[in-house]
Amino acid sequence: MTLTAESSSSAPAQAKNWKNPVIYTVLALLSTFLIGLRAPATTISLGVADQVSWLDLDPLQISPVAYGWTASLIMLALAGYALYATQTGRPIGRWLAPTFWFFFATGLLTWALGSTSNPSLSLVSLLNGAVLLSIPMIFGSMGGLLCERSGIVNIAIEGQLLLGAFSAALVGSMTKNPWLGLLAAMAGGLLVSALLALFSIKYLVDQVIVGVVVNVLVSGLTGFLFARVLEPNASVLNSAPRLPAFEIPVLSQIPVLGPVLFNQNVLVYLMYLVVGLIWFALNKTRWGLRTRAVGEHPKAADTLGVKVNRLRAGNVLLAGAVAGMGGAFFTLVSVSSFNSDMTAGQGYIALAALIFGRWTPIGALSAALLFGFSLNLQYVLSILGTSVPTELLAMMPYLVTIFAVAGLVGRSRGPAAVGTAYVKE
Amino acid sequence: MSETQKNTPAPQPSTWAKIAGGNIGLSIGAVLASFILGGLLIAATDPATQKAASYFFARPTDTLVAGWTAATEAYMALFQGAFYNPAGRSFAQQIRPITETLTVATPLIFAGLAVALSFRAGLFNIGAQGQVILGALVSGWVAINAGLPAAATIPLIILGGIIGGGIWGGIIGLLKAKTGAHEVILSIMMNYIAANLLVYLLKTPLLQREGSSNPISEQLGADAVYPLLLGNPFRLHLGFIIALLAVLFVSWLLNRSTLGFRLRAVGANPNAATTAGISVSNSYIIVMAISGALAGLAGSAQVAGTEKVISTGIAGSLGFDAITVALLGRSTPWGTFWAALLFGAFRAGGVTMQVSTGTDIDIVLVLQALIVLFIAAPPLVRAIFRLPNPQGVPHKKSARKSKKAQEA
Repeated sequence: MTLTAESSSSAPAQAKNWKNPVIYTVLALLSTFLIGLRAPATTISLGVADQVSWLDLDPLQISPVAYGWTASLIMLALAGYALYATQTGRPIGRWLAPTFWFFFATGLLTWALGSTSNPSLSLVSLLNGAVLLSIPMIFGSMGGLLCERSGIVNIAIEGQLLLGAFSAALVGSMTKNPWLGLLAAMAGGLLVSALLALFSIKYLVDQVIVGVVVNVLVSGLTGFLFARVLEPNASVLNSAPRLPAFEIPVLSQIPVLGPVLFNQNVLVYLMYLVVGLIWFALNKTRWGLRTRAVGEHPKAADTLGVKVNRLRAGNVLLAGAVAGMGGAFFTLVSVSSFNSDMTAGQGYIALAALIFGRWTPIGALSAALLFGFSLNLQYVLSILGTSVPTELLAMMPYLVTIFAVAGLVGRSRGPAAVGTAYVKE
Repeated sequence: MSETQKNTPAPQPSTWAKIAGGNIGLSIGAVLASFILGGLLIAATDPATQKAASYFFARPTDTLVAGWTAATEAYMALFQGAFYNPAGRSFAQQIRPITETLTVATPLIFAGLAVALSFRAGLFNIGAQGQVILGALVSGWVAINAGLPAAATIPLIILGGIIGGGIWGGIIGLLKAKTGAHEVILSIMMNYIAANLLVYLLKTPLLQREGSSNPISEQLGADAVYPLLLGNPFRLHLGFIIALLAVLFVSWLLNRSTLGFRLRAVGANPNAATTAGISVSNSYIIVMAISGALAGLAGSAQVAGTEKVISTGIAGSLGFDAITVALLGRSTPWGTFWAALLFGAFRAGGVTMQVSTGTDIDIVLVLQALIVLFIAAPPLVRAIFRLPNPQGVPHKKSARKSKKAQEA
């Protein structure tokens, strides 16, 4: 069982591929009607130089009507070019897709911001919040990545986040030390991973089933312990100190990006470190090569002397610790107490980010950031008093993921051996 | 399927085979082990037990007695809340718990059947949650707007559930069949889309109660709800009868019909099924549509039977409970039925347990998950209870030994 497309349906190379040009045309026409014709007649005030002391810029004044029309016309032109190029058999340049999606996204964003009752906001705080909110999804998707690249499906990210959040709150409150809380979060995630590894590697239970059932178990366990132990003694057991936030000198003074990336909670800096390490280890070390080999073709790796199941078990445990760190976000950064089921399905979104990011660290990071942005946008829009229903915005990441796995926005292919237990002959 | 799978040397019995191949002893062992673990958890978190544990080395029996009392009291309350209440003043009050169990089990039967059916065709339908929501939305909309007598409205409500859930499940099957995308990911995403759609629609004039600012629909009229089976003090409704019919239907479909044979063939080995001339893609679409329709009926039962209103919590955690139900029921229709009754009893009894002993109802989730985990891993249960291994389910060491024996 692979978690993505099976390779059977690849189209012959010579056939004209009308799929993308048609998608572009439909989207361009739709957006012309929405963000062009129905653009709100206000002015958006967008602050860009916040928190950067040496720069003094007035907020940008953007007219949704003007920008909506500009973006729509550019999209129409790009769609027309794509249709023309496909008809005449020319290759469509690689620049086209990103340009199109950029104008589509910014056009939609301008329209949505313009539809609020008070369209005045700071670009820095919008992006800063997006980075912060994507923390659990980034750690979660890294946990998923470590598992899946070695061939184990990790549906249990949700459980790893949840137990991580729970143990961080408990230990953090008992010791009054957020760092010990963070360690406990890693231990919590590790515990969930241990269950996953025990049942999927030792007892050969279907990995997806173990993952789903373990999530139910963790949800029940943390909910039970919360109601029975944490809640009655909330002041002692459920009021954790927060992890500190601090500014990195010099770097934080880069316009826009500085305050967004380098004036953050310490967990964000840890995230940079973890993602960087995973990227390096996966692509440049012996361990990484073996992990990838075991995920693609365990038998071949075994033949060359790699201990497949030992490597997989190690990776699953490591993944739990990494995902558990993401769980610490909920109780040591976002708020300072645990609540039942507070991860609210973010583990599943992390899984989606992993797939959308095509099982690579950088891809998963970008996808999780995108989902974090859409999450923060919902909050910001509802604070600004939008008329766009936030539920429809909330659907976007899921729709995008469906498009991604269904191959409508490029095909996403996972490690070949993911989901199959390995039994040595 | 992927290349590695074709080359995998020793075909392991699938989880389904393991679950189905287990014996009664294993099931009892699994339930017993789960209850023991759950009991330990209840005892360990019990304030009286913790107090007694502070002087454990002086008088250890106090701790054990307090722990034992806490666990057995909770389980007794669970039992009384699920089956029979001896303290009831009238006969009706005494048997009310068992009717509550059946009421709570009704949507679980539908949703469990949905998951079980997809399992048999080799698909993992995690999307029951979304399909329940869509079923509830469509049948709720029909119920509120039909304005017909009950005899005409109720069939329409049932049809609405079938259509709503069927389409939502069918989309997953279609995408899986046409693009090869994995149904687990698709169905998780469809769940979240459905959940957001539910909240969104409950805030639009289409469904929102007039004059309310909360996301909730109008109450269903008297002509638009399932009739009660046992009269007024009991909540048991027509949905339970429909659920029984659904069990019979799925049983017939899987075991007696050509379509069912095809679905099982695809589930057992898609490559062989293709060779035999069975269209795997079509089977995926059909099975997901039927599976979705069954889950949609759970939504109808929730709206028109139990809740009588559409709210944001209409589907609860039915979708995920359904997975544990289908796993415990070994993906057979009647197995699923009994598993749904058991978990329905847990749910109904859990409410009583929480009220009378203060033991949080979430312990029920722990029990459910533990039972399924234990049943999925027979060697673990055998190791705990020292049960014999009947026919050498390939355990690593024994497999190696038998191989050596062959070589010798």
